[in-house]
Amino acid sequence: MTKSILALLKKDLLLELRQQHSFYGILLYVASTIFVLYLSINNPEGDVWNGLFWIIQLFVCVNAVAKSFLQESKGRMLYFYTISGAKEFIIAKLIYNIILMLIMSLLSLGLFFILLKNPLGNTLQFIGIVCIGGISISLVFTLLAAIAAKAQQNAALMAIMGFPLIIPQLLLLIRLSKVAFGEIFREGALMQLSLLIVGLDIMVIALSIILFPFLWKD
Amino acid sequence: MRKNWWKILAAFLLIYTFTAGFLIKVPLIGNLKETIRNLFFHVPMWFGQIILLTTSLVYSILYLRKPDLRYDIYASCFAKTGILMGVLGLITGAIWATYTWGEPWSNDPKQIGVAIALLIYFAYLVLRNAITDIDKRAKISAVYNIFAYFIYLPLIMILPRLVESLHPGGKGVEGNPGLNGADLDATMRLVFWPAVIGWTLLGTWITTLNIRIYLIRDKNLLNAK
Repeated sequence: MTKSILALLKKDLLLELRQQHSFYGILLYVASTIFVLYLSINNPEGDVWNGLFWIIQLFVCVNAVAKSFLQESKGRMLYFYTISGAKEFIIAKLIYNIILMLIMSLLSLGLFFILLKNPLGNTLQFIGIVCIGGISISLVFTLLAAIAAKAQQNAALMAIMGFPLIIPQLLLLIRLSKVAFGEIFREGALMQLSLLIVGLDIMVIALSIILFPFLWKD
Repeated sequence: MRKNWWKILAAFLLIYTFTAGFLIKVPLIGNLKETIRNLFFHVPMWFGQIILLTTSLVYSILYLRKPDLRYDIYASCFAKTGILMGVLGLITGAIWATYTWGEPWSNDPKQIGVAIALLIYFAYLVLRNAITDIDKRAKISAVYNIFAYFIYLPLIMILPRLVESLHPGGKGVEGNPGLNGADLDATMRLVFWPAVIGWTLLGTWITTLNIRIYLIRDKNLLNAK
């Protein structure tokens, strides 16, 4: 099982390395969005900065993750069906999307620092939160991308389905990020919030693994 | 008659809710005054919504276990009535809030929560409409329904307890996210629980009518199996 997961993961990463246009496409998307932000609001306050950052993450994720299933043609899916199981396939996709999203999140964080200044009190802590956030968002959108791809719909359907579903995580993340802006939390609240996000992540992973096999069979 | 007893019970309980709900003596708490009677209408809507959506979830799981289009029709109809209950709960809540909090919408975490919940289930309906192949629609929407339900539950059960809220059950306030048990005195309890059962039965009744329409419409498809 681990072997086929690794093989599928390697295939996705290799594809990414060979067809770099999609990676750079998303990167350009991030850069231009943040540049537009820079032009429209120069030097935003902490709260605005925080909100904007997570909204941008959301849009980046929709674009980056949507591709992961939409790029697979019907014939190729049939081929995967013969060589691996549904569980291996979804786990490989989850890991691949996490890696992709982590890179994107950190790059956009860098761009935010360059263009929109750095209002953070504790940068390292925020980087940690960004990693957790990137993972959470990409996990939710992986299964949604699978659903959207099966429905033969474009990314618009994914946004309709995903935005309401991601709000709980997004609210928790925005709340948690405030700690990096120097807000003092009640004793234990920080731990509680982080555990809640991790708990939601585990639930999403479990649901993806349970539900994807049903989407996989046609 | 044997099959209809629960419809008669629903009608009876609702008549009871409306008469007793408006006539009994209620405790006067803070600025709630007489508006507390809305408890018999607003809160049961949410109980009904959760019960109906859970039923929808059960039928979605049943569909994935055994692909029978009937289950899909059941799941979608229960979800639709659940949405209806949610909209009604939102409206009754907004009316209540106008008289107690001073404005219909005050960005209370629970108001936001239900707005999101409604968006989630509207997306379910959009998804259903977006797919033309019937079997595929049934399967994909069942998967989405299950996924959505498990994200929707923490949204209404966990998040409201973490933040300050005007509702009972927020951070530092007594009670659960639904209501504050201590505020209900014995007479209100006598009306409240029958009201919950009555509204839920009415929701189920509406759903069964809707299901029958769909079953007749898709008769050919269902019998072809």
